[in-house]
Amino acid sequence: MKIACATSGLDLDAPLDSRFGRALKFLIYDTETKAFTLVDNQQNLNAAQGAGIQSAQTVAASGVQVLIAGHCGPKAFRVLAAANIKVYTTTAGTVAEALALYQDGKLIESSAADVEGHWA
Amino acid sequence: MIIAIASGKGGTGKTTIALNLARVRGCDVRLLDCDVEEPNAHLFLKGILCGEPEIVTLPIPEIDESLCDGCGACSSFCAYKALAVLAKRVLVFPEMCHGCGGCMRVCPKGAIREIPKRIGVVETLHAGTITLIQGRLDVGVAMAPPLIRAVKAKIPSTGDAILDAPPGTSCPVIATLRETDYVVLVTEPTPFGLNDLKLAVAVVRELQIPFGVVVNRAGSGDERVQAYCREEGIHLLAEIPDDRRVAEAYSRGELAVEALPEFIKIFQHLWDTVKEDANGC
Repeated sequence: MKIACATSGLDLDAPLDSRFGRALKFLIYDTETKAFTLVDNQQNLNAAQGAGIQSAQTVAASGVQVLIAGHCGPKAFRVLAAANIKVYTTTAGTVAEALALYQDGKLIESSAADVEGHWA
Repeated sequence: MIIAIASGKGGTGKTTIALNLARVRGCDVRLLDCDVEEPNAHLFLKGILCGEPEIVTLPIPEIDESLCDGCGACSSFCAYKALAVLAKRVLVFPEMCHGCGGCMRVCPKGAIREIPKRIGVVETLHAGTITLIQGRLDVGVAMAPPLIRAVKAKIPSTGDAILDAPPGTSCPVIATLRETDYVVLVTEPTPFGLNDLKLAVAVVRELQIPFGVVVNRAGSGDERVQAYCREEGIHLLAEIPDDRRVAEAYSRGELAVEALPEFIKIFQHLWDTVKEDANGC
């Protein structure tokens, strides 16, 4: 199974980005191979509007079933739900910590967006 | 002649200048309140509403799922990300849509039709020689430009129109300034006023519309705006003196030219200067 984590860095020790739509990158972690790839999200960092929607489409296209981010807004959540991607939010500091919390079953699946759009 | 009153910074006195200019015109004039997110010119005119408010809509896409095969052409075309395609299904985000109609055109299956979504109203009020047209954007709607264009559709083909622009330098301002004959940029003599004036000047230069500057509340700050205008060769149209009595009149919903007769001359002179400047361009 593949998991997407919003991040500003390049590896598992990088900080988890508190934003989803305007995160710099998505780290796509494969729980079977324990390997990861990075998907660039630069184009959405400065998007005039619709960053959350576009980011959700990007994440969906990478074939993940789970997304972990600091927060997730309403439009992104709607797109992720349509793509059957489960959303988890956490205050974990790094990608590795967030993945560990998820794999230990310590994260609770979001049933709705946890912030308004344009919150940060 | 179509004159727009604009400013980079909010609260510099656009509405005050627009209203007083409209009032000192002896003959019929149309005043268009293009600040559709918070129209306030009506507070000072106490006009009579003429007819029913006109409802303004934006055409937004509706997907016929029996025809859609989820190809994603609509979503890739949309510059505003108002459409997303996931698992062969189209999600529409009406609040993101600018109503351009592009998705409908690029859909190879003819699965998209447009349905009207209400965004606000246009109202017409009569107050003596002034006919006020104002847009009022519905609460929760973010798309001001289409409503501004509906307000501007009421500009008469002859005669004078004064447009009260929204503050700033973004899309609603551009929508207001386009196709006007002259722009009056109102500023205040403060560092903030100067900074935002420079942004506004860059906008009107880009749009290639003749313009001049009015310093409002002159004497309350410094002289840097005047120096900037001299350096840039910008016509300084008028300096409206800082006067507490103007603010007091404003707080009672009265115009400077009504409460303080000495301001009549200032605004008449401003009108004449604008007219001369616009005709000379």
